[in-house]
Amino acid sequence: MTLSEPGSMIHAADLRKSFGGFEAVRGIDVDVRPGEAFGFLGPNGAGKSSTMRMVAAVSPVSGGTLRILGMDPATDGPAIRARIGVCPQEDTLDTELTVWENLFVYGRYFGLPKAEVREKVEELLEFVQLTDKAKAMVDDLSGGMKRRLTIARSLVNSPELLLLDEPTTGLDPQARHVVWDRLFRLKQQGVTLVLTTHYMDEAEQLTDRLVVMDKGLIVAEGSPLALIAEHSTREVAELRFPVAAEGGTHEPLAESVADLAERVEVLPDRLLLYTHDGEETMAKVHERGLEPIATLVRRSTLEDVFLRLTGRTLVD
Amino acid sequence: MTTEPIGSRSPGTAPRSTLDGALRLLDYWTTAYRRTWRGSAVSSFVVPLLYVLAMGVLLGGFVEADPATLEGATGYLAFVVPGMVAAQSMTTVFGEVTYPVMGMVKWHKTYYAMTAGPLAVPHVVLAHLGFVAFRVAVTAAVFLAVVAPFGVHESWWGVLLALPAQVLIGLAFAAPIYAFSAGLKDESAFALVFRLGMIPLFLFSGAFFPVANLDQPLEALAVLTPLWHGVDLTRMLTLGTLEAGPALVHVAYLGGLVVLGWWWALRRLERRMVV
Repeated sequence: MTLSEPGSMIHAADLRKSFGGFEAVRGIDVDVRPGEAFGFLGPNGAGKSSTMRMVAAVSPVSGGTLRILGMDPATDGPAIRARIGVCPQEDTLDTELTVWENLFVYGRYFGLPKAEVREKVEELLEFVQLTDKAKAMVDDLSGGMKRRLTIARSLVNSPELLLLDEPTTGLDPQARHVVWDRLFRLKQQGVTLVLTTHYMDEAEQLTDRLVVMDKGLIVAEGSPLALIAEHSTREVAELRFPVAAEGGTHEPLAESVADLAERVEVLPDRLLLYTHDGEETMAKVHERGLEPIATLVRRSTLEDVFLRLTGRTLVD
Repeated sequence: MTTEPIGSRSPGTAPRSTLDGALRLLDYWTTAYRRTWRGSAVSSFVVPLLYVLAMGVLLGGFVEADPATLEGATGYLAFVVPGMVAAQSMTTVFGEVTYPVMGMVKWHKTYYAMTAGPLAVPHVVLAHLGFVAFRVAVTAAVFLAVVAPFGVHESWWGVLLALPAQVLIGLAFAAPIYAFSAGLKDESAFALVFRLGMIPLFLFSGAFFPVANLDQPLEALAVLTPLWHGVDLTRMLTLGTLEAGPALVHVAYLGGLVVLGWWWALRRLERRMVV
């Protein structure tokens, strides 16, 4: 694919990024449509952040084509960056300034008039529920508040496209849900969201469509549900065993139940039986006299898709 | 809880010029300066007084030099004051473009936030050097004002011109040292920069004694240092002994350092940040 789909927010064809001899992104094709929430899912080192830095027009493309809002980052970097919002993985907030000042000075970088930035700052503080912290120093905020402030900052220029690199990494579950709620609202308002994550639940919660990346390549693309339907079964029966001895595996156990499932994955501490009816499979496992230390029947997730496609788990 | 659309106002714009981009960083620098200026304000008044008392009045009391050897000054105090003004312009800069630059590029990542939007490396560098120029101008103006009652200024228009000369001296040091700091991975080199760079320059560039007192080839070496050019320029201005030829050489030398430093700074910071 070399031609951009009309109105693509991001169009990448055979996009590559190398650092010296190391190729972090090895030729990916991506089109992000206006208004959708698009995800890059993959483990650390898959090339997600390198891709995001190229899309944010701060890292030069090593090969292939990239267009953001129809513009070429090699020649229109400032114009692109003026119209997108970026929420980086590491907080780059200014710890010597207050919450309000962080937003105000950032808004001024975009060439917006002072009065307009002031109004926008109030609106954004309310949006991320930090109005009562306006005068607080950044150092005194919790991790979740800092992340919300970073999201507010990325919205100061009313971007059409918002890039979020690992938006909830390092946050506790409650803080994650607050961030997710804010991102949902942005999506409802028509902002195109592009995010990277190595959390499958985040990808399932937030994205309409995603690509699974591994070792610099895209290994699957689709909606979370479609990916699960295509690459996994409806349910999974998990059988937990003591961790296999050094040099040994649970392969022999897997062979004894191989005919009970469409597919069996062998992990160091458990077997995953992919099947349409987990309870029924589990009953048959017990009939065969296997004695796992714990069992669980659950729905398939993107984690299973990832395991199927790459043979590895997402979060080690 | 608001349900107002967040995407309802103007988007940003790309800067029209390097200056336009740098001016967008003015609010950052004024906001940051408002938090720190009180600390530097007291020292900018007290330090000149201490120097003038110790070096000019007390030490100078022992100096019985023939005025003919004092480069146009009538006494040691009038000789040493312009030297100290120029030297202070240099030391102020060393403080502003070493650790603070490393902080903004490595520790706090402030520069990454500044360049995530429409601004880029040249805007960031110009704004930072602009702030340094402002700091040099303020400290030099305070110094020149504080020592005025000692009757060391021979030429009032010269003193007024000495102020932009301090900005030039400051930038001649600021741009190259900024470039050095911008590419530095580890701060331990700064200790060497201060001990082997700043202190020898401070002591041997003609601020406290005429460089003619040095034996050759040390004298030849001293007149090659940027600070000697700054000291001599400042001294000619405050003593009212300006000569066009040497003054132009000083300005060209210092201006050349600004240009080279600027070019090197952009190159180093871009190689560091745009990967």
